[in-house]
Amino acid sequence: MSPFSDSLALAAGLVTHLDPKLVAIVELSLRVSLTATILAAAIGLPLGAAIAVGRFGGRHFLTIVLNSLMGLPPVVVGLVVYLLLSRAGPLGALGILFTPTAMVIAQTILIVPIVAALSRQVVADAWSEYREQLTSLGAGTFRAALTLLWDTRFSLATVVLAGFGRAVAEVGAVMIVGGNIDGVTRVMTTTIALETSKGDLPLALALGVVLIAIVVLLNAAAQYIREWARVRYG
Amino acid sequence: MDERPHSGLPIVCRDAEVERDGVRLLTGVELAIPQGTFTTVLGPNGAGKSTLLRLLHGLVAPTRGSIRWGEYDARPRSQAMVFQRAVLLRRSAAANVRYALELAGVRGAEAEVRIVEVLADVGLADLANRSARVLSGGEQQRLALARAWALRPEVLFLDEPTASLDPKATRAVEDIVRSIHGRGTTIVMSTHNLAQAKRLAGHVVFLQEGRQIEQSPAREFFIAPRSSEAAAFLEGERL
Repeated sequence: MSPFSDSLALAAGLVTHLDPKLVAIVELSLRVSLTATILAAAIGLPLGAAIAVGRFGGRHFLTIVLNSLMGLPPVVVGLVVYLLLSRAGPLGALGILFTPTAMVIAQTILIVPIVAALSRQVVADAWSEYREQLTSLGAGTFRAALTLLWDTRFSLATVVLAGFGRAVAEVGAVMIVGGNIDGVTRVMTTTIALETSKGDLPLALALGVVLIAIVVLLNAAAQYIREWARVRYG
Repeated sequence: MDERPHSGLPIVCRDAEVERDGVRLLTGVELAIPQGTFTTVLGPNGAGKSTLLRLLHGLVAPTRGSIRWGEYDARPRSQAMVFQRAVLLRRSAAANVRYALELAGVRGAEAEVRIVEVLADVGLADLANRSARVLSGGEQQRLALARAWALRPEVLFLDEPTASLDPKATRAVEDIVRSIHGRGTTIVMSTHNLAQAKRLAGHVVFLQEGRQIEQSPAREFFIAPRSSEAAAFLEGERL
């Protein structure tokens, strides 16, 4: 057998036997990315709805900024969060650099623009359809935004899943602010990068398989939600 | 049952004009909508019918002239509007009515009674828990009417409510509208369907190219229109 097929066989063994080290890394990855996604949804969804429905100065500028930030390079986010949380930084006293909390912060910053910009688009499209009817019924701006968030919930679920996909597959930011410490801040992507550079492929491959499986599952979930909602709610 | 505040009538427009992005959509609107009337806004496509309804409902403000609702300068809440294409929320038929009632401050047992009542009125009692957006076009428009009627409006605006419906669904909507009018609600409805206007209207406002050409009792309008434009429209030259 070739070294590559050996590695593949070893990787398959790690996955099928639920290797404790592999499971711990996957668990931490999911915990960090899920927490970041929940925080990003809590910030991004209302922000997107407010920009879509609200009438205030700088709204168009804010939309451009959010759209631009969707392509924010993870390493830049990592660097900024590192500078903020490092001992000499303004938030250094918190002492959370190289912890999962720092990774959550970095990922949240990374995906808030994605969730906010995409939800703004979803809500704005709905608003152009509902505006007159909601105004006619007497809904104020706040109530209209809440109504639209609820009415577009299935599209927004896809948006949140996209945010989670971005977070869980990201490597640069968590590498910088987490430090890739074994057993503490080592997640799937940073482990893959490290193990590949060491030439130790089985764990990297096994994690790669898990990561791809997660991405496929996310897409399947998004597709299922869209279809189910279309049939159930029109 | 009839607890409507009667304060937003008559609706009076004085030389009202509506302009958007430099385009004049309506000009010289001079009319009054008295209580209890059934007014049909007639005119060919692009005449400004929908804009006039939005002006009367307070969804657009006049760029010149004035509009008053009884003693008010701002639109009172005792109005409702049904649009050409029913805009329904992604929730059940009953929840759509409940939402409108909540916004009007009607909640709890009173709201539930009214929901059952209005859905029965429009023949949707059996579909109360069905998602609104999966209903047929005719059912959606009846639900939109039920939602509007649940608010017990003093004035109900209908913007070509049967434009995309088949004859059977059109008749059903017309019957409901007639019934709502029969219970004392003032109706203002736009249409380009002459037969429908003849069936329903008490008064006609005729528009063409954004201008109000005439306002007259329906019988008079259909037998002897005052303007050459209306005469041409009635002869089918400007449909």
